[in-house]
Formats: sequence, C-alpha cells, structure tokens
Amino acid sequence: MLQKIYDWIDDRIDITPIWRDIADHEVPEHVNPAHHFSAFVYCFGGLTFFVVVIQILSGMFLTMYYVPDIENAWKSVYYLQTEVAHGQIVRGMHHWGASVVIVMLLLHTLRVFFQGAYKKPRELNWIVGVLIFFIMLGLGFTGYLLPWDNKAFFATQVGLEIAEQVPFIGTQLKTLLSGDPSIVGAQTLTRFFAIHVFFLPAALFGLMAAHFILIRRQGISGPL
Amino acid sequence: MSEKKQQVSRRQFLNYTLTGVGGFMAAGMLMPMVRMAVDPVLKESGHGGLTNVSLAVEDITTEPQRIDWKIDQVDGWYESEVSRSAWVFKDENDEIQAFSPICKHLGCVVSWEGNESYPNEFFCPCHNGRYYKSGENVPGTPPLAPLDVYEQEVRDGMLFLGDAVPREEA
Ligand code: HEM
Ligand code: FES
Repeated sequence: MLQKIYDWIDDRIDITPIWRDIADHEVPEHVNPAHHFSAFVYCFGGLTFFVVVIQILSGMFLTMYYVPDIENAWKSVYYLQTEVAHGQIVRGMHHWGASVVIVMLLLHTLRVFFQGAYKKPRELNWIVGVLIFFIMLGLGFTGYLLPWDNKAFFATQVGLEIAEQVPFIGTQLKTLLSGDPSIVGAQTLTRFFAIHVFFLPAALFGLMAAHFILIRRQGISGPL
Repeated sequence: MSEKKQQVSRRQFLNYTLTGVGGFMAAGMLMPMVRMAVDPVLKESGHGGLTNVSLAVEDITTEPQRIDWKIDQVDGWYESEVSRSAWVFKDENDEIQAFSPICKHLGCVVSWEGNESYPNEFFCPCHNGRYYKSGENVPGTPPLAPLDVYEQEVRDGMLFLGDAVPREEA
C-alpha cells in the first residue's frame, strides 16, 4: 500500500532523486565512529539538531495550553503541568532540552574549533554557526520569562538591565524589548512570547538551512 | 547454509534494525506530546451539581417563562461565572418542565412564542425551527430532536436545576 502511494507520487513528480540528494550520501571513514571511535565527536552537530527538533515539537504542543497573558500565564503552566496527562513530561522535555541544546552546541563548536574545521573555505559556516548560537541564547532568554513566576520575572528584569548597558541605544533597546519604558509586565510577556515562538524560530530555520546547505556544498572537513 | 536462509540480506537487516530503533525512539518522543494534545478528549467531563435558580415553585405557571441563573464554571485554569437559561412551566399533569433554550438544529437560542405566526410553540429564528410546548420538534422544520431537559429538584419550595440532558428518543 505505502509502496503504491509512493510509486503513484514518484510517477508524477519523480521524488526519488530529491530524496537521494537529501538523504543518500556517504559518511567518510574518518567521521564514522565504527572505524575510529574518537569520531564520536562528529555527532555533536547532529545531536544539536536532534535536540532542536525536540524543542520545536515540545514547544508546539505546550502552546496548546499556554497563554501569554500576565493573569493566566502562570495558571496555564500550572494547569498543564499538574492536570494534563503527560504535560509534566512535555514541559520537562522543553525545560531540560533548552539546557541540553546549549551543551551540545558548545561541544559541537569545540570540536569544530579544535579540529580547525572552521578554516577556509568553511569560515562562512562558522559565522552562520555563531549566529545560530546567538539565536539560541535569545530563545533561552525569551523562553525563561514565559512561565511568569518570580524567578522568570526577576531574571528578565536583570536581562533587560543588561541590555540597557549597551552604549548609546541601551535605553531604547530595553524599551523595545520590554514594550514599556519602566514596566516589566503585560506588554513584555506578549513580546517575549512572539519573539520566542515566531521570530527567533523563523531565523533559526533560515540559519540552519544555510548551515546544512553549506555542509553539503563543502563536505565535512578532512581527517586531521 | 541453504539458499532459503539467505532471504534477509545484511543491508535489509540493518535497514530493519535502524527503522525499528529509530521508530521506537521517535515514538518515545512523540507519545507524551500526542497524549498531552488529546487529553481533553480522554478526560471525563465533570458533572455539575444542582443550583438554586431563585424561582419559587409557586411562581411557576403553565405559561413558559425564561429564567436565567449563574453557575461557577471551571475551564482549565480559568474559573468564572457563566449564565444559563431555561424555559420553565408546569405541564397539564402539574409537573415542572425546564427546557434548555439551545436549538437542536445548530445551537441557536429558542424563545417561547418567538414568532407571532406560531402561537403556543417555541421558535428558533435562525432557520425557522419550531417545537411544540412539550419540547417536541415540529416535523418538517429543521430541528431533528426535542429540546434538552434540565435535571431538576425541588428543595424547600425552590427550583434547583443541573445540567441539560438530551431526552431519549421514543
Ligand atoms: C542549532 C545549532 C547547530 C546545529 C543544529 C548544527 C549542526 C551541524 C551539523 C549536523 C554539522 C555536520 C557536522 C557534524 O555533525 O559535526 C555541522 C557542521 C558545522 N558546524 Fe554546526 N550546528 C550548529 C551550530 C554551530 C555553531 C554554534 C558553530 C560555530 C560557532 C557551528 C559551526 C559549524 C561548522 C564550521 C561546520 C562545518 C564543520 C565540518 O564540516 O567539519 N555550528 N553543524
Ligand atoms: S439553529 Fe435553530 S433552526 Fe437552525
């Protein structure tokens, strides 16, 4: 049955070559942990991607219950965590995943750094990687406010004051982030929510696409 | 080794193993998320109790009157007072009837004698749905079932109403 559906579609738009381009490519020996165990260090990029997928999926499901409103945000999180079946697990995945993704990103970056894999012609991908890193920090910062508990509130307060230290535009930057010159409140929460679930993920998708296209163009760097 | 035992090649075996392990991991990841998403379908809906609707039994006449009252509603993390309405009257056997005003066609609100052309009937303005005084839907009009009836009880001469339930179809 599945084969038939696949054949029917393939017949019309010839997807097999597209599929090959995406999935079917060789793993060089020096990258394969079956040959050299130390090659496990090459896994960290893929593991970062895997955790990103978990973050995106668990985030989508959390949004089914979460409301970005200061009256209800905390209550909705409390509700989904205590009353909804498996809600605790899904929130846990997103919560811990947010930290694990930074760890994986760091390990991946360390591997690229110490192998010198960032050298010409891969400097551009290093730059894309650094941008991805900033996006991840942004996701962590904006996501942290969303439960609207005391820890979230004061962490954001501090984060906003850090933004205020930026020379010349600091004050405006802080207001832009918090939606009000002095209050960290209703308008801050909606902004952070929009940034966390729409703006930064969109940027992340674009950068990850660039990152992976560059890897396919340039190939994995050779053995040391 | 006989030819027969060679049916699964090494490549196939690895493919199956990878698909199996990968599928298992994907399922482990997706299962909690899907379970969380479908939770509202699997949760049993709470059964509301009876509320005093501030109508004394002696004030109930044979003419349906619309009464409104408030109940406490728990909607996930949000608790609020919402209003409910009923058409209440005494039928020919002197029994109290309390009908839900929600039309059984597509959920508009019906009124007693809501249309001058149809006296002694409940009328729904949305698609000209009609019900006899008994709550039975008038054949040939859009509604396909009689109006729901409220669970009721009389305590100390006051009317208490609960949830509106569909009647069994005869
Ligand atoms: C969400 C974040 C990221 C994801 C999902 C990701 C994923 C990947 C993957 C799957 C590879 C293939 C090679 C491997 O697996 O090791 C790769 C290569 C690479 N990454 Fe990342 N990465 C991320 C962030 C970064 C960061 C923060 C940097 C640098 C600061 C970076 C720099 C590079 C470079 C230069 C390569 C090419 C290295 C080579 O071909 O050997 N990436 N990335
Ligand atoms: S909703 Fe009442 S007649 Fe259609």
